[in-house]
Amino acid sequence: MAEAQRPSASRVTYDYVTRTIARTLGNPGRGYFLLLGAAVTLLAIGIITLLFLLRYGLGLAGYSHPVYWAVFITCFVFWVGIAHSGTLISAILFLFRSGWRTAIYRTAEAMTVFAVMTAALFPLIHIGRQWYFYWTLPYPNERGLWPNFKSPLIWDEFAIGTYFTVSTVFLIMGLIPDIAAVRDLATGWRKKLYALTSIGWTGSNEQWRHYTRGYLYLAALATPLVLSVHSVVSWDFAMAIVPGWHATIFAPYFVAGAIYSGCGMVITLLTPIRTLFGLEELITVKHFENLAKLCLLTGSIVGFSYLTENFIAWFGGNPTERAAFWYRAFGPFWWASWTMYICNGFLPLLLWFKKIRTNITALFVISIFVNIGMWFERYVIIVVSLAGEPYEPWANAVYNPTWADWGIMAGSFGWFFMWFLLFVKNFPAVSISEVKEVLPPPKRQAARSGARK
Amino acid sequence: MTTHLRLPLPKPLQEIFHPPPTPGVLGVFQYLDATLDAIKKLRAAGHTDFTVYSPIPRHEIEDALGQAVSPVRMFTLIGGIAGCAIGAWLTLWMSADWPIVVGGKPVGSIPPYVVIMFEMTILFGALSTILGILFNSAFAARRAGTIQYDERFTNDRFGIFVPGGADKAAKIESLLRDAGAEEVRRG
Repeated sequence: MAEAQRPSASRVTYDYVTRTIARTLGNPGRGYFLLLGAAVTLLAIGIITLLFLLRYGLGLAGYSHPVYWAVFITCFVFWVGIAHSGTLISAILFLFRSGWRTAIYRTAEAMTVFAVMTAALFPLIHIGRQWYFYWTLPYPNERGLWPNFKSPLIWDEFAIGTYFTVSTVFLIMGLIPDIAAVRDLATGWRKKLYALTSIGWTGSNEQWRHYTRGYLYLAALATPLVLSVHSVVSWDFAMAIVPGWHATIFAPYFVAGAIYSGCGMVITLLTPIRTLFGLEELITVKHFENLAKLCLLTGSIVGFSYLTENFIAWFGGNPTERAAFWYRAFGPFWWASWTMYICNGFLPLLLWFKKIRTNITALFVISIFVNIGMWFERYVIIVVSLAGEPYEPWANAVYNPTWADWGIMAGSFGWFFMWFLLFVKNFPAVSISEVKEVLPPPKRQAARSGARK
Repeated sequence: MTTHLRLPLPKPLQEIFHPPPTPGVLGVFQYLDATLDAIKKLRAAGHTDFTVYSPIPRHEIEDALGQAVSPVRMFTLIGGIAGCAIGAWLTLWMSADWPIVVGGKPVGSIPPYVVIMFEMTILFGALSTILGILFNSAFAARRAGTIQYDERFTNDRFGIFVPGGADKAAKIESLLRDAGAEEVRRG
C-alpha cells in the first residue's frame, strides 16, 4: 500500500535510505548537543534532589496522611503510559500490516524502552530506601516478608518487568539488521562496535527465514502484553475501594489514555529529530497525520470515559462516589481537573480538521498539551482522590507538590531525554530494512522500460 | 569484510567459531527478478546448499527457495507453555509454603494468579523466541560451512553464494552471469 503513497519514489532508493539513515550517526551539530546538555542538567537536578530525599526523608515531598501516593506515583503512571504507544506502533500496527509504521517505529520503540526505564525509577524513589529494593521481589525468604500474589502491586511488578524485558529484546532484535547495514558503511572503531553488536548478521536467506518468523511471534506476544500492562497498572487503583478509583472502566480507560499520551510523546520527539537529522523525506507529513489520527481515536475514548465516569458517579446514586467527583471538579483541585478535561477531552477534537492534522507546528504544540493533560489525569486520579477521600472527611487535606517533587520530575525528564538522544545519535533511529520493505524493489523489467532512473 | 568481531581464540576454537572460507562462487545482483531467475536456475541445475543474501526479507525469495516454515514457532510455543506453568507453580507453591488468608480468599486462589501466569507466558514465550532465532540462525550458518559476503548486501544489492570446488566453478559462474549477475567472483 505504501508503495503508491510515496511521492518521490524515484529518488528514495535502497541506497538513499541506507545513506540517509547512516548519516544520523555522524556529527549531529550544535542543536543536538544543546538538547543533550539540557537533558543532563535536568538529570543533575534530579540526582541532587534524590540526595536530599535520602538525607531528610520523603516528608520533603509533602508525604502525609492521607496523600502518601503523590507526584512520584503520578510520574510512574505517566511514564508507563508514554511507553505504550511505542509497542502499539511497533507490534500492533505490524500485525495490521500498516506500511506507514516503518519510518517511525524504531523511535517509538526506543521511547518505550526508555520510558519504562524512567517509570521504574519512581517506585524505587517512592520506597525511600532504595538499597532495600529487593524486598519487593517475591521469593520465599527468612525475613518474615511474604509474597502476596493477590495484591495488584505484585502483578504490576510482573507486568512492568515483563514489559521492560520484552520491549528491550524486541528493540534489539529489530536493530540487528540495521546495525549490520551501518557496520558495512562504517570505518574505524565504529565498525568494530557495530560488528560486535550486529552479531554476525549478513542478511542470508536462513537468517531472514528465522528472523521474520520470530519477529512475527514477538509482535504477537507484545500485542496482548501492551494491553495488559496498563490494565494491571490501573488495577493498582481499581482494586482499592477509594471512590474515584474503584471502577471497572479503569483498565480500558487507562490503556486508551496511555496510547493517547504515547502518541503525543512520539509527535513531540519526532518533530525535532526529523529536522535535526534531515529525515524529512523519510518521516513525512503523512506519518504525523496518522499519529494525529491515533491521538484523535484514543483521545475520544478518554473523553468518553470521563463522561461515563461522571455519569455513573451521579447515576449510581452512591453518595461517596458522588462526593468524590464533585470534589474533583469543584473542590480545591478544580484547576487540575479542568486542565485534564480540557487537554484530554476537548483538545483532541481539534484533530478532526485536516488542516491541523497536517500542520506539524500545530501538532507539536497540541502534543505538548496532550502530555500536560495526561500528566494531570494521573495527578487528579491519584492525589485528588486521596486528598478528598469522602470516607474520612476529618482527614482531608490539600496536598501541594513541593520543590522535591518537581526536582525529581525534572530529573526523570532529563534521564529519559538523555537516553533517547544518545540512542538516536549512536544507533539507526529509523529502521533501514523496514523502510526499504515498503519501497518498490529494484527490478530489471522496470529498469528496462525506463520507469526508474 | 568484517561481519564478526574476530576474537583471538586458541586454534581448535578458532576452527569451530571462525572456520576457513568454503571455496565457491559469489554472484552480486542489482535486481530482485534477476536474483529470482538465478535461484530457479540453480535449483534446476541441482544445487541445494547455496545462500541468498538480501538487504530486506522478500517473500519472492522465500518462495523461489521453497523453504519450510521456520522452526522458531516451536520455541515460542514451548516457551509460552513453560512460562504459564512456571507462573502457576510459583504462585500456588509460594502461597502453600506460607499460607496466610488475605481478604477472605482461599490460600491458593486462581483468579488473581492468572495475571502472573499471563505475564510469565509472555515473558518466557518472548525470550525463547529470541533464543530460537539465535540458535537456528547460528545453526544454519554452521551448516553452510561459512560465508562469502559482500558489504553491499545490507545496502542495495542481492547476492548468491554457491559453494563448489574449482571443477564446478566455471559452470556456476556462467549460470549466474546468464541469470543477470552484475558481478561474479570466485572465493
